[in-house]
Amino acid sequence: MSMDHTQSFRFFNRGPSQVVRLTFFSLLSLLLLFIDARYKFLEVARSALSVPVQSVQKMATWPSVLWQEAGDFLVVQSTLIDNNEQLQLQHLQDAAQLQQLQTLQEENRHLHKLLQVQQEASYPMHLAKIAYVEHDIFNRKLLLTKDEQANVQTGQVVIDSSGVVGQVTRIYPLLNEVTLITDKDHAVPVQVLRNGLRAIVFGSGDLSELSLRYMPMNSDILEGDTLVTSGIDGTYPPGLPVATINKIERDPAYPFARIRCTPIAGVDKHRYLLILTGLPKLAKRPETTSAVSDEKSTKITHSNP
Amino acid sequence: MNGNFPKDHEFLLPVSGIFIGISLLISLLLNWLPWGGFWLALKPDFTALVLLYWCTHKPYRVGIGIAWAVGILADVADASLFGQHALAYAVLAFGGIVLHRRVQMFDLRQQTLQIFPLLLLAYVIYAAIHWQVRGYIAWEYFIGCLVSTLLWIPLTILLQILRRPRANSNPL
Repeated sequence: MSMDHTQSFRFFNRGPSQVVRLTFFSLLSLLLLFIDARYKFLEVARSALSVPVQSVQKMATWPSVLWQEAGDFLVVQSTLIDNNEQLQLQHLQDAAQLQQLQTLQEENRHLHKLLQVQQEASYPMHLAKIAYVEHDIFNRKLLLTKDEQANVQTGQVVIDSSGVVGQVTRIYPLLNEVTLITDKDHAVPVQVLRNGLRAIVFGSGDLSELSLRYMPMNSDILEGDTLVTSGIDGTYPPGLPVATINKIERDPAYPFARIRCTPIAGVDKHRYLLILTGLPKLAKRPETTSAVSDEKSTKITHSNP
Repeated sequence: MNGNFPKDHEFLLPVSGIFIGISLLISLLLNWLPWGGFWLALKPDFTALVLLYWCTHKPYRVGIGIAWAVGILADVADASLFGQHALAYAVLAFGGIVLHRRVQMFDLRQQTLQIFPLLLLAYVIYAAIHWQVRGYIAWEYFIGCLVSTLLWIPLTILLQILRRPRANSNPL
């Protein structure tokens, strides 16, 4: 017993009672929790610890990777031919649409020039593979493989072929962490494609549901409407599809309509995703105080000439 | 008669630190498997179970400190707040150490009833911290607590078998 005692992992030289240890570690945990929830000091420690942890996590994905690769290897030829045909068709359709798009883009550029509005740049993209899907029921995040050349930063938008998937929220030494738009209380500024109505769509914590909050009862929204990003926040570029309206409940007992939507992107489906890198930064928002004083000064100048 | 004093009172090999370390590592690997969808709700917390096993069977080897350190690793892996798993595991380890004599008195079925409140407490702590910080609780998380409790018997049997001396005197 005493032999065992000397080998145990301890911070103390003499074994204090278990209650003292529990108090010590509980207080330490609470302190860390407080710091981690409020400040950013611990991000360095987290990214240092993430190197060994994420390599072990990678090991944990081997079975599923092997399974997938075995599946890829054992595809029947007929499936491949079917797939190929489908892709060909899709390609033809896309090519036709692309031609239209190019004409429209040209026209748009021309109109922009006529109106003397700033050109909207197209965004550089960067393909990233999903390395790991978080298995915690409370936060389902994605970890993407990292490419040194791509200039990935926090806040950048992640999309798939059909719409917005999420946003890069943390950069680790080996991987990048993505928070999904379906994450609880994650907000995306959107507008209704049909009539340009602006709104904010929130994640519900469920992978297949988003909710549109703070929309008045009489707002012009129909089931089946498509929501695209409005680009107002400067984080999400405008025009990316986000969700379709699934169900609208207009209950007079509540001040707002309850609107449920389904994400358009396969939030939990793909193996590869696109990160939009190098989005243009919006101009800084003017300080409210200076704006007020500016207003005053203009008023004064107006009243004084 | 034998039912009241089961496997614990048989002769077991002394536990090496490596064996404990490997068992904890494997439990972390199992926790970090890419669980998804329906299985995610059912996911038991293997690490909590293995920690509880060692705290009840070898309370002088695995204590609150180790449980806390493992919790910190779990926090990094889950991208949860620093200290969230750590606090839950530290409390779990404390419960296991305080109750270790009582747990060892019972047979496996009765042990399950003893460890269920401990696991539930750890789950509640984790969920409560999340609720305090993020403002909601995913209730299906607690299904995992029941599944973990049910896994106590197979896990204990497995670890006891691994700790039993072999005929060919090759310990691992």
